[in-house]
Amino acid sequence: MNFHAVKAIYLFEMARTIRTLFQSVVSPVISTSLYFVVFGSAIGSRITEIDGISYGSFIVPGLIMLSILTQSVANASFGIYFPKYSGTIYELLSAPVSYFEIILGYVGAAATKSIILGLIILSTAGLFVPIQIAHPLWMLIFLVLTAVTFSLFGFIIGIWANSFEQLQIIPLLVVTPLVFLGGSFYSIDMLPPLWQKITLFNPVLYLVSGFRWSFYEIADVSVAWSLTMITVFLGVCMFTVWWIFKTGYQVKK
Amino acid sequence: MRTLISISDLSKTYSGGFQALKGINLDIRDGEILALLGPNGAGKTTLISIICGLINASTGSVTVDGYDIVDDYRMTRSKIGLVPQELTTDSFESVKDTLAFSRGLFGKKPDPGHIEKVLKDMSLWDKRDNKIMELSGGMKRRVLIAKALAHEPEILFLDEPTAGVDVELRKDMWHHINALRESGVTIILTTHYIEEAEEIADRVGVISHGKIIIVEEKTELMQKLGKKQLTLELQHELADVPDTLNAYKLELSDDGLRLIYTYDSQEERTGIAGLLSDLHDASIKFKDLHTTQSSLEDIFVTLVREGQ
Repeated sequence: MNFHAVKAIYLFEMARTIRTLFQSVVSPVISTSLYFVVFGSAIGSRITEIDGISYGSFIVPGLIMLSILTQSVANASFGIYFPKYSGTIYELLSAPVSYFEIILGYVGAAATKSIILGLIILSTAGLFVPIQIAHPLWMLIFLVLTAVTFSLFGFIIGIWANSFEQLQIIPLLVVTPLVFLGGSFYSIDMLPPLWQKITLFNPVLYLVSGFRWSFYEIADVSVAWSLTMITVFLGVCMFTVWWIFKTGYQVKK
Repeated sequence: MRTLISISDLSKTYSGGFQALKGINLDIRDGEILALLGPNGAGKTTLISIICGLINASTGSVTVDGYDIVDDYRMTRSKIGLVPQELTTDSFESVKDTLAFSRGLFGKKPDPGHIEKVLKDMSLWDKRDNKIMELSGGMKRRVLIAKALAHEPEILFLDEPTAGVDVELRKDMWHHINALRESGVTIILTTHYIEEAEEIADRVGVISHGKIIIVEEKTELMQKLGKKQLTLELQHELADVPDTLNAYKLELSDDGLRLIYTYDSQEERTGIAGLLSDLHDASIKFKDLHTTQSSLEDIFVTLVREGQ
């Protein structure tokens, strides 16, 4: 195991975050505050409690998931796409590092950033609404599993993308809609029966539901299903990354 | 001298069907500077990219110090430093940080002392805290070399290290390359500049259309293939070369004032004595004479033409 290489990649990626610390911390705090102003106060005050939880508190896990998913994908995809774009990937390919070590460095850094971000949003949310965390350990497990899985997904997008436009297209057209339609801001019980059925095909529903359960012990689907779905998605991403490096897809000629 | 890199029957066909390498066999010796010459698209970059792990070979094998580049990639890659042809550097990182990153990537524990030495050797110490994007093209080229040396490699691949570099910096590079060889690093460089190979290489390999045409000691190559020319400055203009001198295949300059005799310097009898005697018999007088030897460039052009 080339620990020095994993550390080098990890620190290189984290240094990028530190260079842009202001945007990295301030922008999610501002956007979270805006969500609470709009959904929590302006609209939320007209919405009744959901399963005994005020609407403002109800949306906190969904808001954190929204940021974790989008930031994990964005961080990891950019992290590997940029060396591809600039050509500096030559150094990575010529170094004595295994694929596992490369992924550990890039995905580890992207997931770390998202987790930190998630915790910042959680703290910010605590300034606006009362929050209780019924199962802190499960909350962390869901947070870490989601961050790692979607960082892996972002890594795949970064390898696949051949332009900045392609880099943006999956997060914009797939990830964000899935998050908004995955019960981040509502319980699926509020939807008509047909849409409830359709929503069950949205993988994000299982993440948000499991995460929300760790806070308030209320869930749209069972926790076991949530864990199963995220594990399946993690498995699919790991297999895809393994295949990418085995075949050299978009990396080696 | 022992063989450090051994390349056997190496071929590469890209997915589009282009065959970049056609059965390359080459042994690279420990401690030498080998210059790979060849026109654009000859396969030079493909060859070094395969050895360094950037491209997969279609067939054939390469060993570095006895280790296979695929099965024992950790061993082989940790011995190699690569300086790419393009100025592919990071932008926002500092010079010092990018070297520390390279060293870590190649599995070496941090060593600020070594990084300092490399930066000083490359005249980059003053710029160590500058962002790479703030540096000139020549400095970025030096950063790439410094990055390749950060993990103390035994072998250094330089893919056209002086492309687009001014004369002064080029000579500076040659000086650095020679100093590295003195420290025991084996160097393989690709170049378009014949004078570069002539100046610093121990051996020269010529690649054309994916094949190695020749690999020779530079001096032997020049001796073996180098033609010498004897030019005679005539006292009086000559209209035609007399028939009695046909055997020498002389060339007469357009103004009729110079006779040029081409001969093989390796031959025991160059024919110069006979020529001078026959010139005397034909009453052709000359006021001066000089000899020239063909340069590596002439040899290269001839080889590539023959290879086609």
